[in-house]
Amino acid sequence: MRRTLPGAALTLAALLVASGCAEDAPPQAGGSTSTEGGGSTCGNEVTIDEVTSVGLAFDSGGRGDLSFNDATVAGLEQAQEEIGFEATELSPNADGSNRGDLLRQLADAGNNPIIGNGFQFSEDMDTVAAEYPDTQFIRIDGGPSDCANVAVLTFAEPQGSFLVGAAAALTSETGVVGYVGANTSELIEGFRAGYTQGAQAVNPDIEVLTATLEPGPEDGYNDPAAARVAAEAQIEQGADVLYHASGSSGVGVFEAAAAADVWGIGVDQDQYNTIGDPALAEHILTSMLKNLDAAVYESLTTIVEEGSVDSQNLTLAEDGVGYSTTGGFIDDLVPQLEEYKQQIVDGEIEVSATPAS
Amino acid sequence: MTAVRRLGAALAPPAVAVLIALAITALLLTVLGVDALTALRALVDFGGSAQGQANQLRTLLTGAVPLFLAGVAVSVAFRMNLFNIGVEGQYRVAAVCAAYVGGELALPMPLHVLVIVLVAMLAGAAYAAVPAVLKVTRGVNEVITTIMLNSIAVGLAAYLVAGPFRDSTAGEGGNPTTRPLGESARLPGFQDSFLLLGLQPPTRPVTGFIVVAVVVGVVVALLVSRTRFGFELRASGANPTAAVASGIPAKAMVLRAMLLSGALAGLVGLPELLSEDYSYGTSFTSGLGFTGIAVALLGRNSVPGIAVAALLFSFLDRAGPSLETQGIPPSVSTIIQGTVVLTVVVVNEVAARLLARREDRRVRGRTEPAAVPAAAAQQGEGRA
Repeated sequence: MRRTLPGAALTLAALLVASGCAEDAPPQAGGSTSTEGGGSTCGNEVTIDEVTSVGLAFDSGGRGDLSFNDATVAGLEQAQEEIGFEATELSPNADGSNRGDLLRQLADAGNNPIIGNGFQFSEDMDTVAAEYPDTQFIRIDGGPSDCANVAVLTFAEPQGSFLVGAAAALTSETGVVGYVGANTSELIEGFRAGYTQGAQAVNPDIEVLTATLEPGPEDGYNDPAAARVAAEAQIEQGADVLYHASGSSGVGVFEAAAAADVWGIGVDQDQYNTIGDPALAEHILTSMLKNLDAAVYESLTTIVEEGSVDSQNLTLAEDGVGYSTTGGFIDDLVPQLEEYKQQIVDGEIEVSATPAS
Repeated sequence: MTAVRRLGAALAPPAVAVLIALAITALLLTVLGVDALTALRALVDFGGSAQGQANQLRTLLTGAVPLFLAGVAVSVAFRMNLFNIGVEGQYRVAAVCAAYVGGELALPMPLHVLVIVLVAMLAGAAYAAVPAVLKVTRGVNEVITTIMLNSIAVGLAAYLVAGPFRDSTAGEGGNPTTRPLGESARLPGFQDSFLLLGLQPPTRPVTGFIVVAVVVGVVVALLVSRTRFGFELRASGANPTAAVASGIPAKAMVLRAMLLSGALAGLVGLPELLSEDYSYGTSFTSGLGFTGIAVALLGRNSVPGIAVAALLFSFLDRAGPSLETQGIPPSVSTIIQGTVVLTVVVVNEVAARLLARREDRRVRGRTEPAAVPAAAAQQGEGRA
């Protein structure tokens, strides 16, 4: 008995070495590793003569999340109506492990350009872009790409969040506001950073309560129940305006806000319009708008007009981000918010993308 | 003859279960107003172009590898009625540790990979040791501890990758990852080998870890069926009281089974680490451990069965986008996976009862012949 287990482990180890050596013989086929590490460029500058089919790979949550993905779809459909191409939409599986395969499948089907919605496509898209050097890829959010055929559209979410943070502080009667974020990724932390700075710009003594649905830098976009619990806890502690940056989890925040008769703040889209429930909409003070639809629409029309598209960072100055006034709840705050907006655009206020704490 | 019959008896119930599951899904789709035939066609559609077909085949094979490893890890503990629900947490912790060690080290090729594999197995085993020790010393149910440790693993991995294991060479900003593996730790895969089969090579190689998975499968199958450890494992599972009475140390077996299960769980994240991502970061796949439980159930804890189950699950996973292009919700493939597992459990039970009844009849038939000819002889005599 004592000999069998270590014996088996040794055999396994030996076989592993053997298999490792055996695989040394057939060298890796060209192009497959050049993407990571050393290579600073991949893909070619792509020129598209005619846009006939566009592929869209969703972020987790897929179509119908009333937020991030639906905003992209809106832009795609607007462009589709005008340009008249065929669109194929694919959603990642539950664990999100097939993002690369979605992009490959879209490329194999001849789609060009191909849009990847969300920063989680970063690595997968670079890998696939190297495999399909003549296909144009467009990624929403995330860091810059080394690939010539990947255009990245980013948004100054902290700036937009600053404005709704200011609106929250101007509205709050308790001096306590809340924030519910999906996770601690760089992107989502940017929302929190901007919101906190905006609230503190109005009232330096304001208390900003923070809740994060997932401890790590991923997921949390699809858990309304957890968001509701987090929001209720913040309301319990006196928060009367709550902002969320958590995709479709945000519904839970609005439910908690409606139940306690306090305010929620939407994200990405004008959630007053998209939430689809009048009882909840009446408690959506404003929404931080990330004008994904306009950005997607414009990048597609740019390809049609110029044949190619470049990476862009869309800020308050370009109306890439903003706030909504639907419902009329913040109409009297607009002058103050516009003042902040102008100060940010002029560079008098610099909004940091990383939270102070 | 008996071998054929035994094989038939082993294969028939899962095959029947898959057919029943497909029928149930078809019924469900029809009720939902989706054309079941279109869905079925989309399920087996590998795409129009040769390139697309090769890529989908690659997806199928690459996806099956971690599911197979997870299934094998779960099955080892299942063999002695230990429910290691914690494969999920074990492979995550193992992957983040292996990614860190692999990223910081620089070694020659086979050795580098071997070290990463060993670190992953050790980390997986160490994380599985917690519920094992709690069960042996305090009698805590391993189902509860492993489930809870899964949640802790998510937080632990997130902490490690954001803190001590973070790539120190990367600049400020960016989502935290471990340092990417050097070239010497990147496992080559199968790409041009597709030409031998008359197929176009996929745009990305099939993970070379498939070889390791096959070796692990063979070793575990032999370990369970041909060694003393395997016998003691199965004996403890079949009848714990009898096992203890015949001198098999119950507590030591719990420890060994859990450690082995955890070590195997440690391998689950490696195909992705060694041939896809080369680091542990935001996009590292989660949920493989839970799917592994379903795969082990479907494969009825036998290694070949688990291999078939893993391929089936991966086949269905791969079909998601194909379904979506046909306007059918991709979650249909998840529904099929769920119904397959449920029907397998039910069909297994029914098959076991049928077999028991037949065995019963056979045994009774064997005791009767002595009486029957005598009676016939008597009758014959009487008639004469």
